[in-house]
Amino acid sequence: MATVPLEHVTHEGEWKMPSRGVVAMASLITAEASIFTIFVVAYLYYLGRDVSGPFPKDVLEIPYFGTVCLLSSSGFIMLAERAIEHGRMFAFRLWWMVTILLGAIFLVDTGMEWYKLIVHDHLTVHTNLFGTTFYSLVGLHASHVVVGLLMMTVTMGFALTGKLRAEHAERVKVLALYWHFVDAVWVVVFTVVYVVGK
Amino acid sequence: MGTESLPTAQGIEAGIDRTPASTRTGTYLELVHSWIVTVDHKRLGILYICYALVFLLVAGFEAMLIRVQLFFPHNDFISPFTFNRLFTMHGTTMVFLVGMPILFGFGNYLVPLMIGARDMAFPRLNAFSFWISAFAGLLLYYSFIGGVGLAGTGSAPDVAWFAYAPLTERAFSPGHTVDYWAVALLASGIGSIGTAINFLATVFCMRCKGMTLFRMPLLPWLYATVSFLVLVAVSPLTACQAMLLIDRYLGGHFFDTQAGGSAILWAHFFWIFGHPEVYVLVLPAFAFANEIIPVFSRKAIFGYPAMVAASVGIAFISLSVWAHHMFTIGMTSFGNAFFTLSTMLVSIPTGIKTFNWLATIWGGKVRFATPMLFSIAFLFQWVIAGLTGIMLSISPWNWQTHNSYFVVAHFHYVLVGAIVFMIFAAIYYWYPKMTGRMLDERLGKWHFWLMVIGFHVTFDTMHIPGLLGMPRQIFTYEPDRGWTLLNQIVSVGGFIQAIAVLILVYNLVHSYFRGAEAGPDPWDAWTLEWSTSSPPPAYNFPVEPVVASRRPLWDLKHPEDPDSAFE
Repeated sequence: MATVPLEHVTHEGEWKMPSRGVVAMASLITAEASIFTIFVVAYLYYLGRDVSGPFPKDVLEIPYFGTVCLLSSSGFIMLAERAIEHGRMFAFRLWWMVTILLGAIFLVDTGMEWYKLIVHDHLTVHTNLFGTTFYSLVGLHASHVVVGLLMMTVTMGFALTGKLRAEHAERVKVLALYWHFVDAVWVVVFTVVYVVGK
Repeated sequence: MGTESLPTAQGIEAGIDRTPASTRTGTYLELVHSWIVTVDHKRLGILYICYALVFLLVAGFEAMLIRVQLFFPHNDFISPFTFNRLFTMHGTTMVFLVGMPILFGFGNYLVPLMIGARDMAFPRLNAFSFWISAFAGLLLYYSFIGGVGLAGTGSAPDVAWFAYAPLTERAFSPGHTVDYWAVALLASGIGSIGTAINFLATVFCMRCKGMTLFRMPLLPWLYATVSFLVLVAVSPLTACQAMLLIDRYLGGHFFDTQAGGSAILWAHFFWIFGHPEVYVLVLPAFAFANEIIPVFSRKAIFGYPAMVAASVGIAFISLSVWAHHMFTIGMTSFGNAFFTLSTMLVSIPTGIKTFNWLATIWGGKVRFATPMLFSIAFLFQWVIAGLTGIMLSISPWNWQTHNSYFVVAHFHYVLVGAIVFMIFAAIYYWYPKMTGRMLDERLGKWHFWLMVIGFHVTFDTMHIPGLLGMPRQIFTYEPDRGWTLLNQIVSVGGFIQAIAVLILVYNLVHSYFRGAEAGPDPWDAWTLEWSTSSPPPAYNFPVEPVVASRRPLWDLKHPEDPDSAFE
């Protein structure tokens, strides 16, 4: 193979590009943020326009416990990130497991809330505008929690079988970025649904 | 034009892999299989382009049926119901199955080559995005067969491409046609978002050594801008398709006006997507002009930083103009003034671009090959399209002409006169790179002149029935309105364009087998894709390139006077 590289003298030092995982996740988060924005706008737009109940102020209870669990999981995933960066795999597995558990508790909490709303308060997607927008917005967030939990569980499987090592710290960081986003969205959804909307 | 009439490239032969390719020719089945499982950005790019060209013919055929129907007043060539389906499918197909895929196809093919990378950042995501978009196209067209389901005869969506609520709700659109429409757009949106993520990661993380952001050719810059727009503008469409499906399948009330839902909210959500979408389509067209005009003017692009700034500026301004599609819905006078002014603001960065292209041509040694002819026509038509755009941005004028053929003429001026013309230019310019053969220049000239004549006969004339009050989307009209002759002229122009497109198709097939050998650099160009063989090997570059200026091939061909000396 007789080839001569297409080469010129350059004065740059080391050629370093940003991580594609991080750029891609930032892009995905931008897209997801736009989707959530549309659902939040719809929620706010229809707030208080219902003529028949149930109304938010009658049936919604602030999910303190689930919120604390979900938001604190962001801190634990940071501990996990730091652990894998330094190669402390046992600590990583511990903090990662705690994150998954906290996320799962949040999901169960949401499930119990929905059970109460559907069975006792007879609020469904079909009932009124509040039902339509509430289940869509909170459900959209919950589905993101489910996706996050699935990905973290797969990662946990790799970690337990020893396939995940310290050199994969960056991939873990990308996944953690997604989880931080899911938590940040909950801050917005919580504010809109349970503080402003109640 | 053959390759012999162009100056021979010096020096670039050095970077080409001369290893003879494997002589074993696989079976037909192996060939098909290799294209289906491919993750090569070049093959996926070609798949995107071919897929879009097929749908271009389909949607063009639909337009021809529309024009036959409107040839005479009280014509009964097709029924009003079929007419509604045809304009819905024509619009939806042209935007989602022709425009976006063909532009993504060129981007897929060119962005990694231009930045000296061996593939996109995520090749498998790339393949996924293509196949889900292809699935979306099949799904949309399957509605012709499966639209009504149990009731027997098929039908297609008939709610116009903007699908205003509450027409799309269960109460008014029973059956499944709207579901096919919504799910197809949802799927194509997922594909678009995947591709956008891929472009951004590629442009920011895959550049070859020495390729700083401001040494990138303008095309990757514009694709990065477009990708950002796709992320923030196509996502709302995805969101409101999800809402529509919640309404239709779960009994929600987002756009159900009988239960307090709002039709206006759909209009806002749709145009928050719909207007930036125009720029998602037109910025790649600008990107082609940015590459083609300098090469055929034999000058470096004028005002590179201004071009970058103007492109990014257009992207941001385009996010705040959507309600100029909704002046007649009724807004406050503040709303009207805001959207009028923000829309007019778009003309500043686009004006910068237009003048920069003119300044690039100014004093250049212009070669009138087919890509350049299309680019020059694009410049004229883009300016006129912009001028009618400014007219329509003025809300009182808009109230008079809204939903008339004046609007139809305006946006076809943008979509055909600017975007389709630049797509044709890009096909003539990069076909030699993709296939290794030149497109026939004589057929190209025929294609160009028929296209220009047909375009102007159709769309210049179309403004007039609009001003005379002819609304869009009507299946027929009264003979005493004085629209008959005008509509006939419009239809005749449409048929001329159809012939032009058929010439292109013939040229594409004919030149693939009989075209002149292109060689690596038939246009004597300056960007990296011309430094490798035509078609490039799967790995693009035998040795990863290193660049020191915006025109690496110029540096190579003119070592005595390299661009890099002036940086």
